[in-house]
Amino acid sequence: MKLKVPLTASITIAFGLIVLAGYFVQVPVLNILQQILLQWSIPLAAVALLVGIVNLFGVHWRKASTGQKGSLYSALLMFSLLATVVIAGYFGPTAGLSLWIFNYIQVPVETSLVAILTVALALAAIRLLRKRLNGFSLIFLVTVLFMLLGAAPLFGVEIPGLHGPFGARSLLEQVPVIAGARGILLGVALGSIATGLRVMMGVDRPYRG
Amino acid sequence: MQIELSGTQMAGLAFFAIFILSVVIFAFLGRKSPPPSFRPISAFRSLSHAIGLAVEAGKRLHVSLGWGSLSGIPGASAVVGLGILERVTHTASISDHPPVSTSGEGSLGILSQDVQFNAFRSIGASGSYTPDTGQVSGLTPFSYAAGVLPVIHDEQVLTTILGGHFGSEVALITDASDRVGGITLAGSDDLTAQAVLYAAAQEPLIGEELYASLAYLKAGPAHHATLSAQDVLRWVLVAAILVGAILKFFQFL
Repeated sequence: MKLKVPLTASITIAFGLIVLAGYFVQVPVLNILQQILLQWSIPLAAVALLVGIVNLFGVHWRKASTGQKGSLYSALLMFSLLATVVIAGYFGPTAGLSLWIFNYIQVPVETSLVAILTVALALAAIRLLRKRLNGFSLIFLVTVLFMLLGAAPLFGVEIPGLHGPFGARSLLEQVPVIAGARGILLGVALGSIATGLRVMMGVDRPYRG
Repeated sequence: MQIELSGTQMAGLAFFAIFILSVVIFAFLGRKSPPPSFRPISAFRSLSHAIGLAVEAGKRLHVSLGWGSLSGIPGASAVVGLGILERVTHTASISDHPPVSTSGEGSLGILSQDVQFNAFRSIGASGSYTPDTGQVSGLTPFSYAAGVLPVIHDEQVLTTILGGHFGSEVALITDASDRVGGITLAGSDDLTAQAVLYAAAQEPLIGEELYASLAYLKAGPAHHATLSAQDVLRWVLVAAILVGAILKFFQFL
């Protein structure tokens, strides 16, 4: 039986095994190799970031040049991107003008998105009641309301049995919430290990070759 | 050469050994028997319906891969997202509007293009592939979410599948999908995102359900084997926690 493993998959499997073995076995050669491979990933990630920016620019360039819907926004995005690169590149990322862009453009824009997020979350809760009304949804929403009410005294008044270190909110947070969260995280950890193993076995290959 | 292992390292190694052994056993058993039946998850029943609906209506499918880095802990959920993208692109590539993917990380963007190109090539339609179907929409959590919104609104998206690392900003994406009357199927490795998705997505995937996606989408016997191994390991962990709690209760630990 001939086993055909593409070159890219062979490299992935070999590198994956070296890095994984380095966590469990304290062999100097293996540990040095592991460190070298992990260090290589840093410049590679930086290059990938640059490619990401080029992709972002390319998508909006095509959108603006072909006059598609929202092309004005695409042009604005490209102008902002280029202006930020030129200013931060020429003056430095900690210069006054660069920080002005960050503090007076990026932060307010992202903060306004957080404000919209609050409305989106409230709408999602209402939609949940309308579209998927069952026992679990009710428990979910009652728990959300309970935790919100117990988060801080209401108009300065503490509700007996709800607030405080021995209140119902604290009990709920420390026992069922943590137990549930740990259960979910264990499931996520098992899933992550299974996915990692499939990548190392060359079963999942999200790359060409 | 002397190899010294600490208690934690030995436990980790034993855990991995049991996991790999379970995968090998289930893979071997799977060769001689029909695919195992897993518990029904409504999200996966809806997915095949949603793909068909989008193709028939001449609309797009959108796969959102999140902004988690492949080199960190969220990498696993991103790999699962890429697997879903491959299956969806393969199934829906006959559509006039091929699926579009968005990501918030450079390497994820490159891989999403690669995965889509591979899916098109596998059906002999590499000429239909355009790199614009794999977009990097933003490089911070909120800029990523903001960049996904016009894709949903302008690209005639009917079904949005979210698989990867997100934060609470994922509610903006599900809200946009809801506004265009689309179907949203979503899972994440992040606890906050899972809580938000439980309320905001039409078909949420909780906990390990996201990682089971490829087994449910019939990606291959290896996925069935790893999912069965996950179940075994889950029971091993449950037993270990219970034994630990009993020993602690009787002050043996």
